[in-house]
Amino acid sequence: MANRENRNTKDRDSTADAFELALEETDARYVLRLYVTGMTPRSQKAIESIKEISEEHLAGRYDLEVIDIYQQPERAQEAQVVATPTLIKQLPLPLRKLIGDMSDKDRVLVGLGVQKKE
Amino acid sequence: MYDTEQSPGPARIELPKSPTGIQGLDEITLGGLPGGRTTLVVGRAGSGKTLLGMEFLVHGALEFGEPGVFVSFEETPGDLVENVASLGYDLNDLCERNLLAIDHVEVSRSDIIETGEFDLEGLFIRLGYAIDSIGAKRIVLDTIESLFSGLTNTGILRAELRRLFFWLKDRGVTAVVTGESGEATMTRHGLEEYISDCVILLDHRVDDEISTRRLRVVKYRGSVHGTNEYPFLIDETGISVLPITSTGLSHTVSSERISSGVERLDAMLDGEGFYRGSTIMVAGTPGTGKTSFGASFVNAASLRGEKCLYFSFEESSDQIVRNMQSIGIDLAPHIESGLLEIHSSRPTMYGLEMHLVMLLKQIRERQPGVVVIDPLTDLIAIGSTKDVKVMLTRLIDYLKTNRITALFTHLIHTREEMAPSDLAVSSLIDTLIQLQDIESAGERNRGLYVLKSRGMGHSNQIREYRITASGIQLIDVYVGPAGMFMGTARLMQEAKERAEAQARDEEIAARQRELELERNALEARIAALQNEFASREEESQRMIEAESRRQKMIDAGTRAIERLRKADDDKKVQATRGETGVER
Repeated sequence: MANRENRNTKDRDSTADAFELALEETDARYVLRLYVTGMTPRSQKAIESIKEISEEHLAGRYDLEVIDIYQQPERAQEAQVVATPTLIKQLPLPLRKLIGDMSDKDRVLVGLGVQKKE
Repeated sequence: MYDTEQSPGPARIELPKSPTGIQGLDEITLGGLPGGRTTLVVGRAGSGKTLLGMEFLVHGALEFGEPGVFVSFEETPGDLVENVASLGYDLNDLCERNLLAIDHVEVSRSDIIETGEFDLEGLFIRLGYAIDSIGAKRIVLDTIESLFSGLTNTGILRAELRRLFFWLKDRGVTAVVTGESGEATMTRHGLEEYISDCVILLDHRVDDEISTRRLRVVKYRGSVHGTNEYPFLIDETGISVLPITSTGLSHTVSSERISSGVERLDAMLDGEGFYRGSTIMVAGTPGTGKTSFGASFVNAASLRGEKCLYFSFEESSDQIVRNMQSIGIDLAPHIESGLLEIHSSRPTMYGLEMHLVMLLKQIRERQPGVVVIDPLTDLIAIGSTKDVKVMLTRLIDYLKTNRITALFTHLIHTREEMAPSDLAVSSLIDTLIQLQDIESAGERNRGLYVLKSRGMGHSNQIREYRITASGIQLIDVYVGPAGMFMGTARLMQEAKERAEAQARDEEIAARQRELELERNALEARIAALQNEFASREEESQRMIEAESRRQKMIDAGTRAIERLRKADDDKKVQATRGETGVER
């Protein structure tokens, strides 16, 4: 319960922030959180993939936080993480959860709501 | 009722069990769910899966000192708290006391995009975190199949679920996993393939517009268990699975006797009434006063100070009280004092099993000495004969085990149907009293006889009884050459006998009068004779006295002569005297 409320208030704050950001910049800023389980090959692959995609398409306008839920299990609960790896696109809205090792680039881009370049 | 075959050989190591605290379920499973293993609870929507899981945790936390984690894939924690608050469980309080942790796992396909291979490690971590946070010994996953609706890659999902159940076993927590029943498979997504230690099936069937919840332990690896379908109840106290056990015929019996409440009926039953703990059936055609017998019985029991339960399926409590007042049985004070409780419900309200479950629940709570079910027929009517026999056997076994004397009334529809022997239940009855309308000479009378009464020498007579303003009264029997006299015929017979008796009395009186007269006559004659004798005696006496006076005078004369002659001769004097004596 408490967790949900926290998240909701966070969401509201974030929404306000996002709105301001959107006013400042033409292109929205991306807040991404990647939840992984230690340094398994799958985790590493996901981290590499998302960094590559972000650099390619969102260079300079994204924040990526990688969270190891082995270390911070409570954050898995907070963020409703079930499958791993999970990438949560916190901003811009709508919130999206991308699960898997991010090897399907097209789907990742669809999930992030990013137009393919070229 | 159980698969209780004991395998011969070395003593078995008992599987550790985790009691659910749910009334009856622990009896079916002989102790609870398999400890440290996973149990699958399968049922359709609304069959009580979530409640069963929640009760398992709450009882575990409060009664067995085992904290638990509830992982909800469907309901939000807020909803869960509200839903079980009506059962008196305060989940928030349990959470605060670290006895319960609730984690809501939300998986919705709409905001999830699969971008490659994944695993459910996130879920594992959350479960592990929740378990560790309160040191949980129990966990409920309700309903884990929701994952299938959120995640499309079922291949991964299945592999991960298999891993999850192994992992749970590894953690040593006792887990309950709920699943929706499927069409071809037991659960919609075949969870039973992964969980094989214990499977409990919940069912909610509607037959003839009457719903009955049933529970069955489909399998329980490594343990004996009850294999029947058991009806269960969800009410304000949660789930109760009843009637649970049929203890068989091993109950101890009592030789204590209790009154039937009808004095002369007791006399027919060996002079002492029913055995305590026996099962009595009063069977009769309509209007034979079955309810009155039931009321007499509870009235007598209440007067002895015993707790009574009266289940009525035809009349309301008030109606019974009023009607019984008209025959001089006042039940109202017993109800006020709490000794008697009358429960009325329409038989069509629930199925047979639900009725019996509720009967048993009431009996269990109240622990009465005497139970009346009036009439049993209504219960029989709502079930098939086979069901009735099975259910009644359980009910009667339960009553007998607890030494509760039970009186059932039973309605017979036709007069020809002498006894409910076609009924499967009659073999379960110890004492069977048959009430019957006897039609003869243009009138109907009520007759009663004891068809059977196990363990006592009972009367074999058909007795007429009347329901009077002072209760049920058995009437003297008049048996004539044409059979038994009842009603008017009996009255006529009585009158005839009275007339005969009067005639005899009169004859005796006449004889006595005659004798009296004779005696008087005789006495008169005696008196006359006595009078005659007395008068003769008097006369004789007078003559004797006259004679003696004359003698004296003669003597005096003689002495005077002697004196004159100066004679001293005594002999002469004597001789003279003697002569005179002779003359007399």
